[in-house]
Amino acid sequence: MIRAVIAALVLALSLPLAAQQNMPPAPYAYRQLDDPAQEAKAQELMETLRCLKCQSQSIADSDAPMAGDMRHQVRLRIAAGEEPEAIRAWLMQRYGDYVSYKPEVSATTWPLFAVPLLLALVAGALLLRRFRRRA
Amino acid sequence: MSWRLWLPLLAFAGFLGLAAYQLTQPKDEFVESGMIGQELPYFDLPPAIDGVEGAASVHFADGKPRLLNIWASWCLPCIAEAPQLESLKRQGADIVGIAIRDRPADVARFLAQNGNPYARIGRDDLSEVQLGIGSSGVPETFVIDGKGVIRYQHIGDIRAEDVPMLLEKLEEAR
Repeated sequence: MIRAVIAALVLALSLPLAAQQNMPPAPYAYRQLDDPAQEAKAQELMETLRCLKCQSQSIADSDAPMAGDMRHQVRLRIAAGEEPEAIRAWLMQRYGDYVSYKPEVSATTWPLFAVPLLLALVAGALLLRRFRRRA
Repeated sequence: MSWRLWLPLLAFAGFLGLAAYQLTQPKDEFVESGMIGQELPYFDLPPAIDGVEGAASVHFADGKPRLLNIWASWCLPCIAEAPQLESLKRQGADIVGIAIRDRPADVARFLAQNGNPYARIGRDDLSEVQLGIGSSGVPETFVIDGKGVIRYQHIGDIRAEDVPMLLEKLEEAR
């Protein structure tokens, strides 16, 4: 019974995926830029942008059609001379911090950076006290 | 034994409790658009099929609020949403469709099966408009006010209970 349900689910989920693949990918989804320096720039940026359809992959890693369309955008903009950080900012304006994998200190993320420092300081102080006592 | 020895264990238990609580919370996978309150970015899309008009950003700033529906013929929830779009249209909503990565033949088949609630349908083969307005999937529906400013984003298919809410948002966007 459970197997039949799973099989039906897999089928239902794979149908729209198969249909999505009917359309050819965006021109620059899988094609590299001719200028190797520009392609390297684009690649570096794409590895730090999150795929919105498959949320634990970067767009460089994902074969989702939407990730392909995002790579197309990134490559075209790089080829047009736009700076990678400007493209990141353009996407973050639309999708929030979520779309970027690059760690950044902000109002919500600063504890992530502050707590380890604090813990290291506390540990250092404790160790110092121990060693002093023994000596 | 000093009571202070228990403090680290207590802190650890507190951490475990927090983690357990967060694990039981439903996961929110919706990515909301940051473009609410911003002007609709410029676009000019060709028609998705013969016999309908294409969609362009200039059509939006004429004083009339509209719905911008991001959809595709390959999207199953879009079929479930079709009757609600029809009902919105009957109640006076002007709906502009953007077909994402879609073939004209598939669009025509979808409309023949599910009805055509759209005043215009643009063809977005590269998800350009979708990325431009901060939409991360299909279907999504945006309320655009009479000045061409994005006012509201509905993520996922429109259910029957969402129809009055969207009509209200359209009224507010006047």
